[in-house]
Amino acid sequence: MTRAQMLILGVITLGLILVPVLAANNFTIKLFSRLLIFALAASSLNLVLGYGGMVSFGHAAYFGVGGYVVGILTVSGIASPFITWTLAVLLCALLAALIGAISLRTRGVYFIMITLAFAQMLFFVFVSLRQYGGADGLPIRPPDPLRDGRTLYYIILVTLGICLFLLWRIKESRFGRAVQAIKENESRMMALGYPVFRYQLVCFIIGGALAGLAGVLNANLNAFISPNALAWSQSGQFMMMVILGGVGRFWGGALGAVVFILLETWLGSLTIHWQLGVGAALLIIVLFAPGGLVGLVSSANAWLIKRRAAA
Amino acid sequence: MSALLDIQGLFKRFGGLVATNDCALDVRAGELHALIGPNGAGKTTLIGQIAGVIKPDSGRIRLDGVNITYLPPHRRVRMGLARTYQITNVFKKYSVLDNLALGVQARDGHSFRFWRPVRAERHLWDQAAEIAERVGLGVRQDVLAGALAHGEQRQLEVGLALTSRPRLLLLDEPLAGMGADEAGRMVDLIRRLRADLTILLVEHDMDAVFQLADRISVLVYGRIIASGAPEAIRANPDVQTAYLGDEVRA
Repeated sequence: MTRAQMLILGVITLGLILVPVLAANNFTIKLFSRLLIFALAASSLNLVLGYGGMVSFGHAAYFGVGGYVVGILTVSGIASPFITWTLAVLLCALLAALIGAISLRTRGVYFIMITLAFAQMLFFVFVSLRQYGGADGLPIRPPDPLRDGRTLYYIILVTLGICLFLLWRIKESRFGRAVQAIKENESRMMALGYPVFRYQLVCFIIGGALAGLAGVLNANLNAFISPNALAWSQSGQFMMMVILGGVGRFWGGALGAVVFILLETWLGSLTIHWQLGVGAALLIIVLFAPGGLVGLVSSANAWLIKRRAAA
Repeated sequence: MSALLDIQGLFKRFGGLVATNDCALDVRAGELHALIGPNGAGKTTLIGQIAGVIKPDSGRIRLDGVNITYLPPHRRVRMGLARTYQITNVFKKYSVLDNLALGVQARDGHSFRFWRPVRAERHLWDQAAEIAERVGLGVRQDVLAGALAHGEQRQLEVGLALTSRPRLLLLDEPLAGMGADEAGRMVDLIRRLRADLTILLVEHDMDAVFQLADRISVLVYGRIIASGAPEAIRANPDVQTAYLGDEVRA
């Protein structure tokens, strides 16, 4: 990172730390909590889709299952976050291992469809679980400290910070470079001696586990979990966030999630047809800025530097 | 001399087409063995089976005495078998050095390391630079592979294969699409490599093949019809009718 980037990151971090202090009401804190949670979820998909080149259309499965693990354990009397969160993340990793191990034997449109199919299966499993609310969803009573919006906000912020740092390190590690190179040229990676399947599977598992963690935070924030969290439309939204922000750009997931939710919130207050506006924004990005918003920012930055050098 | 690569009774059918038909071939340790044959003879299919990307229907492929017929490609690479592609297959968006470092990384233990930046691993980059030098791309290290001239991309192609420190190198038409200058450079490179490598060379350029090869095998309709020293192959009447005919007369 350059010094300017460090500075921007520092300012944003400071701003995020100050949100609960400056926020006028709980609504604002909750909105920012949502932004951070979806930034994590979208970043986890960006690892799989952007860096790994695996177009998973079932990423909401982990997001929803993570939430349900917390919900079901909590109503069963096991509320300790240390237990519920750990179990949720482990279970999501296991789930991603199973789904990935089968899906990664296919490519292209088949991969998209098979990941979607798995997510839909899970969706209907939770719809049919009457004892846990079925289609109506399951209200959760989070343990005491997590019920305070400010405390939860800081927990979410720290979690996101740790996860992003982890993803940052992964990106430049041996593993990260191998996974990105597989996306560029799979046959050559095989010919270089890489067991391609194993690398993709591990990438898929990390993505699933982090999405599960985001789902855990989401369930705690809403004190509620419903099958909607793992609906295909939620998977689609995660994809839109990544595409909006920039596929395979480090900050693509986070920025995409923030812009998407702000657009949704703002347009949603104007009209019930807010999706039309989000769709138009997505269309413009896809057509004119394939690098997403992050790509747009970095090319604008490059242009400025060039202009300054010329002047 | 013992056979480093030994192929017996290999068959591969695609529907009604028999692409590999009871193929037998042996490549001895230390030699440069050329595989020639008319278009559609099944050379690419055979290379695919040796590299492990195509599964044969029956038959056996052994590398240094070990049966590798059904091993996945990456395991074969670990055992010392590397290949280049007929159509350039490099990481176009990566620099020459990044390309080669990926290859070095593959050999240098596993890559399930999630924390340490690759940039900090000096030895990977040193070895990558060494290979760049070896294939004549020393001064082009930082150029994106996609921006290299065709001939240079072919050199990088060979460099990538070398990163695994192979014992047996499969060169699939390394001279394809090259001008005379580029071809000359590639022939020099192959000549340098053969000093410490066993090479199986598939090539259409007859001048290069007869210049370089210790032995030549001729593949026609998926079967090796002749194997031997260049002079013997040139004199073989079967080969002349099946393949060399036109060019010898011309």
